[in-house]
Amino acid sequence: MLLDQLPTGQRAEIAAIDWSVLPSDEGKRLRALGVDEGASVSIRHRGIFFGRDPIALSIGRMTVAIRRAHARAITLREPKFGAEAAE
Amino acid sequence: MTRHQPLIALVGNPNAGKSALFNAITGARQKIANYPGVTVERKSGRFSFADGRPGELIDLPGSYSLDPTSPDEAVTRDVVMGCQAGERQPEALIIVLDSANLDQHLVFALELLALGLPTVVALNMVDLAERDGLTLDAARLAADLGVPVIPTVAVRRKGLTELAAALDTVILAKQAPQAPLGEPDMRARRRRAETIAHAAIVSQTDSRRWTDRADGVLLHPFAGPIILFALLFVIFQAVFSWASPFADGLEAAAAALSDLASATIPEGFFRSMIVDGIIAGVGSVVVFLPQIIILFFFILLMEATGYMARAAFIMDRMMAGVGLSGRSFIPLLSSFACAIPGIMATRSISDEKDRLTTILIAPLMTCSARLPVYTVIIAAFIPQVAVGPGIGMQGLVLFGLYVFGIIGAMVVALVLRSTVAKGGASGFLMEMPKYQLPRITDLALGLWQRAALFLRRAGTIIFAVTIGLWLLLTYPQVPAGSSMSQSEYSAAGRIAGVLEPVVAPIGFSRDIALALIPAMAAREVAVSALATTYAIDAPDEETEALALGERLAGRWSLPTALAFLAWFVFAPQCISTIAVTKRETNGWKWPIFMLAYLFGLAWVAAGITFWTATALGL
Repeated sequence: MLLDQLPTGQRAEIAAIDWSVLPSDEGKRLRALGVDEGASVSIRHRGIFFGRDPIALSIGRMTVAIRRAHARAITLREPKFGAEAAE
Repeated sequence: MTRHQPLIALVGNPNAGKSALFNAITGARQKIANYPGVTVERKSGRFSFADGRPGELIDLPGSYSLDPTSPDEAVTRDVVMGCQAGERQPEALIIVLDSANLDQHLVFALELLALGLPTVVALNMVDLAERDGLTLDAARLAADLGVPVIPTVAVRRKGLTELAAALDTVILAKQAPQAPLGEPDMRARRRRAETIAHAAIVSQTDSRRWTDRADGVLLHPFAGPIILFALLFVIFQAVFSWASPFADGLEAAAAALSDLASATIPEGFFRSMIVDGIIAGVGSVVVFLPQIIILFFFILLMEATGYMARAAFIMDRMMAGVGLSGRSFIPLLSSFACAIPGIMATRSISDEKDRLTTILIAPLMTCSARLPVYTVIIAAFIPQVAVGPGIGMQGLVLFGLYVFGIIGAMVVALVLRSTVAKGGASGFLMEMPKYQLPRITDLALGLWQRAALFLRRAGTIIFAVTIGLWLLLTYPQVPAGSSMSQSEYSAAGRIAGVLEPVVAPIGFSRDIALALIPAMAAREVAVSALATTYAIDAPDEETEALALGERLAGRWSLPTALAFLAWFVFAPQCISTIAVTKRETNGWKWPIFMLAYLFGLAWVAAGITFWTATALGL
């Protein structure tokens, strides 16, 4: 599953990031904010009515805004069902 | 006597509360300058150690790492590594950490500690962390990092004495960080940061509860934009209505000053230069100070509370449509008051191409200097009839001019992004900070600095330009007994003669060409220039505008008047904007481009308006 398809409020772990489709500075900034393979993320908010873009990502104790186009470069590990109830 | 003052640098992630700490330590003893060759602010201030020795503190731009992704971050790296031109390497660092976000902020801290400079860590905003149910062990953190760790609350001046004392100790001992910290890459540092953070956290509960609740409303897909636009409406109202008594006051003060100067300085070169040149010219720009202060009050408030990032979030999608990002929203919003603070605010845009595009379209936002021009022409030529319940024709035309500017800006942005400012689609990666209560003294300090910056510009660039324009309009002097007026006979009048064939096709007469020249200083000067040309001698501005309206209605055709309005939507008639653009883009290339494309657009827009209106038989 790609990050932009993650249902709001559900937590998942990043499996892989396709750095090649991200502009290099954007990739650097993502990593600096802790968005990297193995990190656990969830979507807190989606943008306004048309396009629901950008999305507000929850990572660690931060909220980070990212465009959907870039969120599509991020692949998630399939969430383990049942484990989400505790979140 | 020059005593060696140790240079201390404040470094940390964005949103660590660095600036609040900087304000708390240095108070009002601050100096804002620019690093040479880049548009990055150098904020420095004086402070004293416990024994009274002075030191210099610099507030470095917030960064996530020493691998820069923006000019701001490059300055931070160069200063701490001692290779920034015109800056010595700091003797010591104060690393500022947000207590509530340790695992993230420690990543950069570990990279900084590896530099081996004497360092003290400020564990900032401990009060907010405690409010969120987070208890930290500062001693444990100090042991793990190998440097003193001082809990601070910048906004309540807590921990400042301890911070200065710890700084003193590490500087005297030239004490480098003690733990081995040379983690080569960011992933390794991040793992280590997490380990250290978890060891330092005694207990925690779910944080950001208040921020999440507020975001639930303010970022709501429907309520969010409505709240934002309501807020913008209030800001606009405030900028235009609250400012007018103060602007009137400043205008009266300028008038009193010019009367005083006329009364005390003997008639001649100096009196004319001071009264007609300096006081009139600089005065016409300083009048915008109240509006700029009110606008910046709201902008600083939005920044200090953390709402600004949310406004950018909401607007990002629309800005993406023309190749920009949410970060361009605030500079463009500011430009509705005045393009000068708008262009200065583009510094927060990290993408160079985005920033350039935003600077180039900022003058298309209808700034308040256009209002006097629009008002006079609309009152004279547009009938005061209702076109719907509560909607008047005149108001509709004024609104249309605003919309015209915005649409023009969008089209220009699209074109620029695929031509001169071509580049990959910009991203919008932005940390959304916690909501916070703003601190009044920080707001006041910020406002004072903006106002001082604006006045300094009025006192230098604008000062010089107004003298130049005055010279053009005053010399050579018309010989006694000539039938020509001074403005026609002057150098400016002769330039107008050259301009006339250029503007004749779009319906402008020689009188209009002549009014456009002094209006290069500021658009609203066109009103008084036209008044001068049509020899109106009115005691105050309102009667002048009224009399001018009557005179214009008799002399201009409707197509000419409409073309004149269209001209002012686009024409870059503001030397100060050009000067600021030159400074912010570090050269003459882009201001000249801006002048050329805006005059080109103005000519075409006025032309189309004139030809269409004429063809329609208006």
